[in-house]
This record gives sequence, C-alpha cells and structure tokens, in this order.
Amino acid sequence: MTRIHIAQGRIIDPETGMDSIGDIYVADNRIFSILGQLEDFDAEITIDARNQIICPGFIDLSARLREPGATQKATIASEVKAAAASGVTTLCIPPDTSPCIDNPAVVELIDDKAKAANYMQIYPIGALTYKLQGQELSSMFALKNAGCIAVSNAQMPIANLLILRRAMEYAASFELLLIYRPQDYHLSQQGCAHEGAVATRYGLPAIPEIAETTALLQCLELVAHTGCKVHFGQISCARSVDFIRLAKHSGLPVSADVAIHQLHLTENDVLPFDGVYHVNPPFRRAGDRQALRMAVSEGVLDAICSDHQPHNIDAKLGAFPETEPGVSSLETLLPLTLSLVNENELSLMQAIAALTTKPAKILGLEAPSLKVGRLADLCIFDPEIIWQINTQSWLSSGRNTPFWQQNLQGKVTHTIQNGQIIFG
Amino acid sequence: MTNDQGIQFTSEGKLKHFLTIEGLSKSLLTEILDVAESFASVSEQQVKKFPLLRGKTIINLFFENSTRTRTTFDLAATRLSADVLNMDISTSATSKGETLLDTIHNLEAMHIDMFVVRHSVSGAAHFIARHVAPNVSVINAGDGQHAHPTQAMLDMFTIRRFKQDFSPLKVAIIGDILHSRVARSQIQALNILGVAAVHVIAPKTLLPAQAESLGIKVFYDVKQGLEDVDVVIMLRLQKERMTGALLPTESEYYKCYGLTEEKLKFAKQDAIVMHPGPINRGVEIASEVADGMRSVILKQVSYGIAVRMAIMSMTMQAAGSRE
Repeated sequence: MTRIHIAQGRIIDPETGMDSIGDIYVADNRIFSILGQLEDFDAEITIDARNQIICPGFIDLSARLREPGATQKATIASEVKAAAASGVTTLCIPPDTSPCIDNPAVVELIDDKAKAANYMQIYPIGALTYKLQGQELSSMFALKNAGCIAVSNAQMPIANLLILRRAMEYAASFELLLIYRPQDYHLSQQGCAHEGAVATRYGLPAIPEIAETTALLQCLELVAHTGCKVHFGQISCARSVDFIRLAKHSGLPVSADVAIHQLHLTENDVLPFDGVYHVNPPFRRAGDRQALRMAVSEGVLDAICSDHQPHNIDAKLGAFPETEPGVSSLETLLPLTLSLVNENELSLMQAIAALTTKPAKILGLEAPSLKVGRLADLCIFDPEIIWQINTQSWLSSGRNTPFWQQNLQGKVTHTIQNGQIIFG
Repeated sequence: MTNDQGIQFTSEGKLKHFLTIEGLSKSLLTEILDVAESFASVSEQQVKKFPLLRGKTIINLFFENSTRTRTTFDLAATRLSADVLNMDISTSATSKGETLLDTIHNLEAMHIDMFVVRHSVSGAAHFIARHVAPNVSVINAGDGQHAHPTQAMLDMFTIRRFKQDFSPLKVAIIGDILHSRVARSQIQALNILGVAAVHVIAPKTLLPAQAESLGIKVFYDVKQGLEDVDVVIMLRLQKERMTGALLPTESEYYKCYGLTEEKLKFAKQDAIVMHPGPINRGVEIASEVADGMRSVILKQVSYGIAVRMAIMSMTMQAAGSRE
C-alpha cells in the first residue's frame, strides 16, 4: 500500500465544487487527507504538483481495446497503458469484441487480462442480444452478475422495434442501463461520410442525419413506454441534441455523450480519401459541431467519451469507403477537452465534470470525489505543457488519429488508480 | 474536405496524375483540349502513330468491367507507341486496401510507367497515386461514384467541336446524378470552362444531397430543364437501379425522363445530344434520338481516343521530367 503525498496542486473536484491549491495524501488506497499539510505523514512517494491540476480520474464510457478478437489492432495490455497515460481510471468496453461480450466467460477474460496488466477498473458492457445479432435477447441477468455495467448492441442493428422493445423491457426488469448508439441500419447502410455537400462532391456513400435522429426518436418513445434507462452514445447531430433536450425536460430517464473528436472536426476538415478521417458517426457540419459543444456546456450532452477505436495500419490503407471507421483517441481525450476550455466553450469545472462525475452518474457509480476516505482515483495534469503526437509520445497500438504529429496542449503527468500510481 | 489537388501536379506545377477535374485551371483544360485537337486532326487524315511514349509501359488496371473505356485507352496508348498491358482484376479478390497496394507494388516492380485505373470504390485512384513511385503516372478511368475525368474531357472536346465557345452555353444533364462519376466530372469541367448554366434533371431519388452545391440548377421536370438548352447529356441508368426503391419501373422512368423527340423540342433547335454510353434504348433515350441528326454519341467515342492520347502524353512528360 503506497503512501503518496501530492503537494501544492490546484485541486478541482466537480462533486464538491472545490477549486483550491493544496495537498492530497493517499494511504491504504484511499484519500487520507486533503488541502492541509500533514507534518507526520510518512510518504513513500511525493509528487510535486505545483502548476498542475489534481482532479478525479477520468471515466471513459466507450473505449475499444480490441481484445478478445482483434489483437492485431491492439491488446488490453497495450490500451490500458494508453488509458493510464491519459488519466483514465475507469474504462467501459463496448460488447463488440470477438467473441462478443454475451456471456460471463468473456467478461472474466477481459477482467483477467486487465488485472494482469495492473489495471483495476474495467467495466465490460454486455451484449443486448445474443451474438449482437439483434434477434434474441442475451442473458442479461447473468451478464449483470458477471460484472457488466450496462448492456448495448454496439453498432450492430437490432432486427426490429419489437425486439428492441422486449430487450428494453427485460433490461429494465433488472435495472440495467441500455447504452444505445442511435443509427438506423438501412438509412446508413455502407455510408462513410456525412450526407452533405462534401460527400456529394466526392461521390462518397453517405450517412444522413436522419439515420441518427429517426433511430433516436424511436428509442425515446420506447423509453417512455418501457421505463428503461437509456444512455445515447456518440451523438453527432444538432437535431439529436434538440430531441434529447426535450426528452430530458419531459423527465425521461435518458442521458447522452459525445465523442471528443466530434467536438473538433467537421466534414470540411476531412482530407479527401484519407481513411484516418473515416469515423462512424461521420464528422458533420460546423453547425452540428457548435450545437454539440453548446450541449455539453448546457449539460444536455452529459459526458464526453473517447470512443477509442485503435486500428492497425492495414485497416486504414485503402480507398476511403473501404477503410475501417474509428479514431484512436484515448490520448487526445484530455488535451482536446482542455482546448474547449481555452476556447471558452466550457469552464474547466464543466470539462472535468464531463469526464468524471457525469459519466459516473450515468453508470450509477458512486460519484468520484476527492473526499477523505474515498478510493484514490486521481489524475494529475499539466494544463500548459505542449506536446507533439508522435511515435515517442504515443502509447496506443493504434496510430489512427487525425491529430498525428500535431501539437496539443495539456498532458497527464500522473495517474493514480485505487491508490496506486499507474502512470507517472 | 480540404484540397488534395496538389497530388495531381509535380513540384513544377505540371500535370502528373489525372485523377479528377476538380482543382484544374481553365487554361489547363483548354491546353488538354488543344493537344487533343492536334492529335484528332492528324488522325482524321490518316491513322498515324506518334513516337511520344516509345519505350514506355502502360497498364490498364481494371477492377471493374468496361469494354469501351479500356479499348479507347488501349488504342490511345498504342497510337502513342507505348507498350500496353491489359489487366482485369475481379474486385472481390482485392476488396482490401492492403491487397490493392500489393497489386500496385508488384506491378511497379516490373517498371511500369503508367497505371490507368478503374475501380468501383470512390478514391481508389487517389489512393494508388499517393502510393506509387514518383516517376509513375496514374490516370483515373473511373472511381466509384467520384470521378471519370477523361470521359468529362472527351465530352468537353465534343462540345467544343460543335459549339466552339463555352461561355454562352446552357447544358442539361439528365439521369442518375447520385451514382454518376461521369456527371460529377462533367459538372466540374463545364463550370471551370465557364458555361452559362448547368441544368441537372432527375427525380429526387437520383440526386445527391445538396446537389446545388456542385454548381448546378436542379429540375425535376424535363421540359422545364431543357428550355433553351444547347447541349443535352444523357446518363446511363444502371440496370440494378431501374426498379426498386429508387425508381418504380423502367417504363415510368422513360415516360418522365427518357429523351424522346418530343421532349427534345424544348431544347434549342440546334442542341446536340450526348451520352457516355453504352446506351439503354427505350430506357433513358429513344432510338430516334440516339440515331438522330442531333446525336453526337458516336463522335464522342472517336474523340475519346485523341483526348486520352493528349492526357497520357502530357502526364507522362511531367512524370518523366521528374526522373
């Protein structure tokens, strides 16, 4: 049990609203003391946190680690290292591994691999349907007991609304959260870019805005009917934000997140035929990006997630529509969120809340807080450091980021999980 | 998307790859037409071989079937004295980018000077151009729904032959714009060359989102769209799109959008009728129109050789100058 003294950092805790300079002492995995200096604390490690920010560790609602099934892209061991270096102390894993997370054995395997890599807080998200085929319900009760924090069908289509209704009713019976990525399969089939002027110009198969909004609206009606708690993942359109706002006003038990890169890039940033910009949902219009930023600031979109999807080089080599979608984004989560603070889109407190207390609330976890007696999950970062994304600085196996070789501001210096330093 | 048109040029600004019309200047398009004109006028007197590409090896790399386009590329290369190899590769065998790249590198190892590429996926030619050796040229012979720039240039050549000046022209394009790489390249070329207006005529199901952003005026009604038009370009309707969710039936399409003598009356008296081929008689065009006085469809085919000779010789010179 490491005894850690973190000295003279700016402590920010969205749960208590604290924003003060002071010290934090960690002992027996827990926060032992906060703010005041202890004369007789026998620290094994002292971290000088002057000019740095200390906040709760980040909770990422969607990060694909590619294991089991696609270890040519990344492994749990490689990606938890990237997570640790990014200040992320809790990871939620979508069920579309191979085999998918539709039985307790896969949950155990993921858990074992994470523990072997000294990463303690991984929450698999169980498959909503058997083999994610969208046809039969999965054994949700068993998945919950095995440790799944929620259920989801990831990006896979659900055959029809009856099955979605039954799945939601069943999930609600066990108070399981459904994480739903709203995208109509037929409206978005084989699309790779936002349906708009850019896709038209380049002749790219497109994913229209209505693929998201119609699926969202259908699901909202089912929420009203079934009472199932639903979290909408990776929202991309301004109109979706409007519908989620209305649903929240009317008291539906819904929440939503946005992927960090959606708050930065639009269809106009996409380099023609460069597969690294191929994401799903696609980068949309500047107006959508602005609405998404506003929605995070208003709290309509509760959380920011990485939507981390590391790929090997081959997956992104090819003509744009043939490449696999997704961005490797754990390591850009903090700097890109901080850049929204620098652009005055969010306050620092809001930004940190969107990465910590808000996702905890969505998942029904105890709010991460820097209170005495709490498990010590902490992130310490320097908001000023400018660093370049390159082979030296990057840890994820997936180098598929549109920000490769760019300079970003803000870097995690230490990550503490369960009272242990896992990075720094 | 931001510009990536630099890829088509050498550091000296010479055209090295011919992948898309987008980003090319009016003077460059005019130069291509002028060079093509010189090849065409000589060829019209007697079929003659030019030694411009002697010793060069060109591969026609067709991942998608096409008899006509490949044949004219083949003839164009032969008339420039190049050695030509035709390769038809089924798309299924190379559906992964990795395999596509392997194919290219394997061929490159055989000291190929130029790839003429047709592929069913948008961006394939760009992808190949980005990965070939610096002295290799890539010509896009059609990629997915993106571009078919040599077809557009032979269409421009045809229009110039019959109408001389582009600036007063109104041009109508009728048919499946949504899936047409030909239409995209034609629209770009017409706008760069400065025509007065481009009309696009199609039902909404065959139009892309924000179609007007291409620099066109959209019409759903043929008669309105054809009014006062100097050039009518018909697009081929792919078999698989004739029925189903895009269109109810072939005959309804013909009724609404098929070019008949009667509908053609709404265009100018001296309007010409074009079609990139192969034509579907009785679907998008009536036989009387296709074979009629105003049809220049077969002229397009023969001009295609001169235009492709021009583009091949120009790009090869630029690529060669970098060695």
